[in-house]
Amino acid sequence: MATAAEIEKQTEAREIRNRWFLSAPALIIILLAASGPLLIVLLYSFLTPGPYGDVQWTFSTEGWVSVFLERDIFDDTLSFASAHLTIFWRSLKLALMATAATLIFGFPTAYFIATRPERTRDIWLFLITIPFWTNLLIRTFAVLQVIRNEGIINTALINLGITDQPIQMLYTDFAIMVGMVYVYLPLMVLPLYASMEKLDFRLVEAGYDLYATRWQVLKRIIFPMVRPGVIAGSILVFIPAIGAYVTPSVLGGGKNMMFANLIELQFGQGRNWPLGAALSITVMAIVMVALLVYVRNTSGSEARHG
Amino acid sequence: MAKRFSIRQQTGFTTIAAACFVLLYVPIAVLVAYAFNESTSVSEWGGFSLRWFAAAWNNDQVIDASLRSLKIASSAAVIATVAATMAALATTRTRAYRGLTFKYAFINQPLMVPEIVTGVALLIFFAQIKVATGYSGLGYLIAAHTAFCIPFAYLPIRARLENMDLTLERAAADLYATPWKAFRRVTLPLLWPGIIAGLMLAFVISLDDVVITEFVKSGGQDTLPTYMLGQIRRGITPEVNAISTVFLLLSVVIVTLFFFLSRKRD
Repeated sequence: MATAAEIEKQTEAREIRNRWFLSAPALIIILLAASGPLLIVLLYSFLTPGPYGDVQWTFSTEGWVSVFLERDIFDDTLSFASAHLTIFWRSLKLALMATAATLIFGFPTAYFIATRPERTRDIWLFLITIPFWTNLLIRTFAVLQVIRNEGIINTALINLGITDQPIQMLYTDFAIMVGMVYVYLPLMVLPLYASMEKLDFRLVEAGYDLYATRWQVLKRIIFPMVRPGVIAGSILVFIPAIGAYVTPSVLGGGKNMMFANLIELQFGQGRNWPLGAALSITVMAIVMVALLVYVRNTSGSEARHG
Repeated sequence: MAKRFSIRQQTGFTTIAAACFVLLYVPIAVLVAYAFNESTSVSEWGGFSLRWFAAAWNNDQVIDASLRSLKIASSAAVIATVAATMAALATTRTRAYRGLTFKYAFINQPLMVPEIVTGVALLIFFAQIKVATGYSGLGYLIAAHTAFCIPFAYLPIRARLENMDLTLERAAADLYATPWKAFRRVTLPLLWPGIIAGLMLAFVISLDDVVITEFVKSGGQDTLPTYMLGQIRRGITPEVNAISTVFLLLSVVIVTLFFFLSRKRD
């Protein structure tokens, strides 16, 4: 006869099996239409481009080589692919700048919301959340209408006599950055708010009692306490910014490409799927590094603050 | 007399916050205003008119793309919500078991990969399947949307489940309810607000997608956002503003409903 312990063990095993069955549909859908195909991208990056797009099934590292280098069509010598490097640099620069800018604007905004009376806090939060859930393309399009040469900014500047020619903002790196700051700002504010909401103001008060200035309180007390929120927000902005497709397509106007546009090009006119695949893996690698930094930092700080 | 000293005050923060709130809404307000512009140009105000809404309504491509968007979003949202509900039931209110962390990571995986990479991956994968099976319908788009909607549907459902204790279900079991009956009559009614919230989030997320759709769609399968992207790239007329306005209104209604639904919890 089975002992009580054995029966319990069997029930538990059955329980866990049921839990696997229950989660199977979600796991299978994600495997087939999200995670699994990523492995195929890795495979494709080591194949030879086909003449009309797609690939030929012969092994080649050419896709990876041409991420950074370009082969001279006459004498086969390799040199740095300056066009690619410009685009990498622009993507990285714009993503970092957008992250910094959202932090500069988002920090005070999150702080403002967190210090409102509890009843009105939800309303401010709601005002931040609405743009977050509205279509990214529409929001980018809205930025386009404001900053183009005939938009309200330039019209106002000309009417005020500050300038007589419209200032070209659209189709520049500046436009892409403004667009990214605009669309990703809620991604910064929400995690910042989450960590500020729990802020213990007795510590702030203690700081002032010890004759700290406002700046010292901010730098030495508030900022260290909300650091996890700062990191979370920065990661949440950086990841979509480095892979941004819509914003540079709409506001960069074709010539100011970022990573995603370069990748798209390889699958369209470029007809170099292996290069496109290698570029995709490169973006993924950058994102993975960012996530690793995040995991490192948050687990460390949790341990410190107990 | 000096202003009362507030420990919560930080110099300039309120000003920056106010600027942020204003700047978040000004471009949207401008976009909506120009949707009602009589003039063909998007820069001059020619008086109030609904002509661009009429133009969009009479544009077959717009109607086609809208219907396709709704079809994809509703299918993907329903499938994703069902799968996410099951997964949430399997991953909450349990002692840690082997594979639990793996499941969390796997379900949230679509959130961690840039959309462009997923788009490219699906383009390659589905291209192979298209050749092998000859099928090129909306199924690919629905599958792709379902996958990235699952983590969004999962979030509110899991949150709701974690706040629910097991007492009522145990009581049902004590009163000889079968597990299925206890689920149907006790767990499901309590979980319902979370499921609806998940469904709405998934719907909005699917409706908004541009990047993955752009890569997965076959010829003639434009959704409303990919159609709009094409129009914006080609040069703009206030018609796009009119479409955007209707789209915005729909999103705001859904998000507001979601907001009140998730607030009711307490």
